Formats: sequence, structure tokens, C-alpha cells
Amino acid sequence: MNVMPRASQWKELIRADRVHGSLYSDPAIFEAELQNIWYRTWVYVGHESEVPNANDYVVKSIGPQSVIMTRDEQGRVNLLLNRCSHRGNQVCSYDRGNARSFTCPFHSWTFANDGRLVGYAFPDGYEGQDKSQLALGRVTRVESYRGFVFGSFAAEGPTLKEHLGGAAETIDRLVRTSPEGEVEITAGFLKHRVKANWKFILENECDGYHPAFVHSSIFGVADSAIGKLYGGASTALTRDYGGGHTEIDLRPEFRKRDAPMSWFGTTAERLPDYAARMNAAYGDKAAREIMIDGTPHVMIFPNLFIAEIQMFVIQPLAVDDSVQHVTALQFKSAPDLNRRLRQQTMGSVGPAGFLLADDSEMYERCHRGVLARNPEWIYLGRGEKRERTDEHGYKVGHVTDEIPSRGIWRHYRELMEAR
Amino acid sequence: MLSRESDATLLNAVTAFIYREARFQDEHQYEAWEALWTDDGVYWVPANGVDIDPEKEMSIIYDNRSRIALRVRQLMTGKHHTQSPQSRLRRLVSNIELLDRQPGGDISVASNSMIFESSLRDDTVWAARNEYRLRHVDGELRMAYKKVVLVNNEKALFTLSFLI
Repeated sequence: MNVMPRASQWKELIRADRVHGSLYSDPAIFEAELQNIWYRTWVYVGHESEVPNANDYVVKSIGPQSVIMTRDEQGRVNLLLNRCSHRGNQVCSYDRGNARSFTCPFHSWTFANDGRLVGYAFPDGYEGQDKSQLALGRVTRVESYRGFVFGSFAAEGPTLKEHLGGAAETIDRLVRTSPEGEVEITAGFLKHRVKANWKFILENECDGYHPAFVHSSIFGVADSAIGKLYGGASTALTRDYGGGHTEIDLRPEFRKRDAPMSWFGTTAERLPDYAARMNAAYGDKAAREIMIDGTPHVMIFPNLFIAEIQMFVIQPLAVDDSVQHVTALQFKSAPDLNRRLRQQTMGSVGPAGFLLADDSEMYERCHRGVLARNPEWIYLGRGEKRERTDEHGYKVGHVTDEIPSRGIWRHYRELMEAR
Repeated sequence: MLSRESDATLLNAVTAFIYREARFQDEHQYEAWEALWTDDGVYWVPANGVDIDPEKEMSIIYDNRSRIALRVRQLMTGKHHTQSPQSRLRRLVSNIELLDRQPGGDISVASNSMIFESSLRDDTVWAARNEYRLRHVDGELRMAYKKVVLVNNEKALFTLSFLI
């Protein structure tokens, strides 16, 4: 059963309008993904605002691996593997804190927060040993874009900017929602576990076909205008940026409404401090445009999802076990907006969220479904005949079309065939 | 402090209230459960520890009275997929203690609960420390505040869509 994938299998399993169910359920394919995606491409790890001061640290992850994000005394952000170079014990047992160094509890080896080995107990047994060879493991490359810190275990490959490609502009769009142009991640994370393959989550984030059905229970009772954005008559778009990055572009609908803060279900008048700061920062005209367009709905491959008001980080633990780390986006110098962002995020996501509980139920049912042998394929052809290319050269289609899934799988196949 | 006798009487009433709440939750009697709340009720399930500030940090549930009503209305639609079919539930509530009582004011109560949930995914055991503020309204006890501290709320949790 557990046969390593063959180089030729990816084109057999991934076709233009369908993918094979085993891609979600085969443990050998999951192992291959760890090597070819999670330990090779750029993966989102954390945000600089989570370690604001020198010596702050926060424990994050890349796939199943525990990664300590530290800010050292020079102010640099490091991504260190949480594994003592001596016997492999975890050197950090707390989720966050402030520490110049980490001491392994097993044999008291001590590492500076930039990863250097600074001392071991009873050093007289280590004559001639070069300490620099025994540092903590590091994520090979670390780069950040507008405060979002990504890591790659590959020594060579595209830069982060190249990896993000056209999707970088969505992050630009996000941060300009702050009067100071900065996002802050300060509200703490909810961790929601699902017994499902991580790609069900990845694909669902920009699947505009499901909300009318999966979320009808809350749309029906909450007096929400969200449902119409995903209806058959919506002018909203799906977009494939390439590189596996996908978007639901709701701006056409918000521009029709022509009302600042409508994207957030409120008005500028209800957020007077925020609106005043935006006008002061960008000028009335540009501020108005920003407040009409709203924040993006973008899935940065493979694990960073920005969903207008909240951020998700997808973590795969096993072929059928995933964690969604979720938090409210917070914008610097926007306290009145931030409070509402937290309240709405708490209502909608996490294990008891009005929206995410039902999404997660779908992931788990899909996962059980693909274990069945017939039919073996997942069909992703919706909108294939009507997709078109936008002025920037990206594939776009109706908000309910499966352009994002097809884009994800195209990129996935390239990554998996690369070795 | 009250006399030992009146404490015992109050504890009986509080225990009966908490058992009734547990039964309404286990049996998905959503409207009956909602009727246990005062008009200013707060339902709080913190994440990441016991004492985070819910006004600054993310909680699993932090419902004011209108959001409690929304939660119940969503469950009542019958289309909240994660509760269609409904989780099969039974909980044990124990260690009920009166912590504090202001004359004419709210009664602080604490208990432990252990909940067995059987759902489509699998069987899950939940354990929690519950803190209540109960109040006499028109001669009946009502919940003004319920805080549920899950023992494992720092970890990644499966969907929790029943009334905890």
C-alpha cells in the first residue's frame, strides 16, 4: 500500500479538470508533499509583530516541525528548529516568551536566540570540538514581506518576491487598510483541528461555490449580506495568480455598492476615528477608495489565507490530520476597527465558529468520501469553458467557478514533478 | 455569609439548576436552554489558558446575549451541518460549589464537567471547569454568566458545535 510515488504518476493523477482522490488520502503522497512542498517552497511562518521586542520568541511550525521564531538582540528575525543538536530534545517548551537563550533540559546545552551553541555542561569532555558545527538547525532562508515572515528549507530557488508574484499586491492591499500601513497580529490564535487532508482546506479558501449552501444556516438567521456576494448573479471574480496563489476578488461588488466600509458590513460613520485617520493618512479620495474596496480574500500557497477580517495558517500534521490556526487581523492605529474585527472573527472561526464549524465538517466528510474507490476522481471543471485572462494576464472567472482549484493543482503538479 | 442551613438549601437549588442546564444541552433543547439566560448574559469559552482578556484576545466563544440568541437560531435551522445529525451527548457534572453570594445579588458557583460526544467524525471526550453567576429573576434562577474553561484549551481542538 505505502509505495513511494513514481515521477510519472503526477500527470496521471492530476488532469486539467479533475484530480485523483488518492492525492488527499495516500500517506506516501503526503510524505512526498512534505519533501517537495513544505520543506522546499516558501511557507508562511509568523508575523514580525508577534516578536516586537529584542529577545521575544514565539513557537510556530512548518508542517509537523516545530519552529521557534525569535528576534535576536540585533533585531533580526530568526527561524530556528526546536530540536537540540545533541540528542534531539525540544529546547523550547513554551508557546511564547522573552529569552536571550534556550537551554535544553536534557543535558543543559544552551543556545543563543540566534541559534549559536553558547555552552554545554561539563565542557571538559569536548576538547577540540567546534561549537559552530553544533548550532540549532535553522530554516535555511528567511524573508519577510510587509511584516509577514516566510521560511524556505531550500538553499536555492525563487526569492520570496518571485514566489509571491502577482499575489504580493494583495498583501499591499491588505496593509493599506491600516492608517500606518501595517498589520499587527496581537489577538492570539485559535487552533482548530480537523481529521482531513490539508488540501481540502487550501482549496476551500477560494471556493466561491460553497458559501450559499454550507453557510446557509448562518446567512439565513444573521441578516448577512455576505451570501449575495457568492450568488449566481454576483459580479465578484475568482483569480489564479499562478504559483498556486488564488483569490476571490469581491471588489466589483463593493464598488457597485460605492459605500465605504460596506465590505465589513458597517459604515465609515460608525468608525469615525478610523475614517478620520485614513483620510489624514491617504487623503480623502484615496482613503475612500481603500475603504470601498476592502481587504483581500487571498490564499497564498501553501498555507497563508487572508480572509478579509481574519488570517488562517494551515498546518498539515498527517495525511488526515490538519490544524487551522486562526486570528483576527489587527491594523496599526485603528483601535475602533480592531475591536469589531476581533468580535466578528470570534463569532465566525475556531472550533465553535458560526462559519468554520460547518466548513470543517465538510473537510472531514470529503476526507472520508475519498477513501471510497468509485468514482476515483474529484471533478473540478466548473467554469472551465468560460474562464478568461484579465489585463494582467491572470486567469479569472465567475466567483463560483473552480479556477482557484485548477490553479492550485497546476502548481502542485509542477512542484511534485520537480524532483 | 449565610447560615449553614440556608447554604444547603441554596446549594440544592443551584445543583438542580445546573443538572437541568446539562440535560437541556445534552438533549439539544435549545430554546429551553436559551430561556435560562438573563437579558445581560455572557457565555465565554476562553482559549489559551484560564484568564486571557476576551476584549483583547481570541476566545473560542465570547457571546453577549444577542449572540447567544444567534447561536441558538443557527442550531434551530436544522442546516448547521456540523449538528446535522446532532452530536450524541452525555455529560457528568460534579464538584458543584457555592463560591460567593452577595445579599440580593448574584451567586457565584463552580463545577467540573466531563462530556462524551459521539459525532460523525468520532467519539470525543471534553473536560472543563465551569464558573457561573446565577441570579434570582422572578423567583427562578437564571444564568447571567457562564465561563467554560476547557482543560485542553491551549491545544488544537476538534469542532465544538454543541452547547458546552
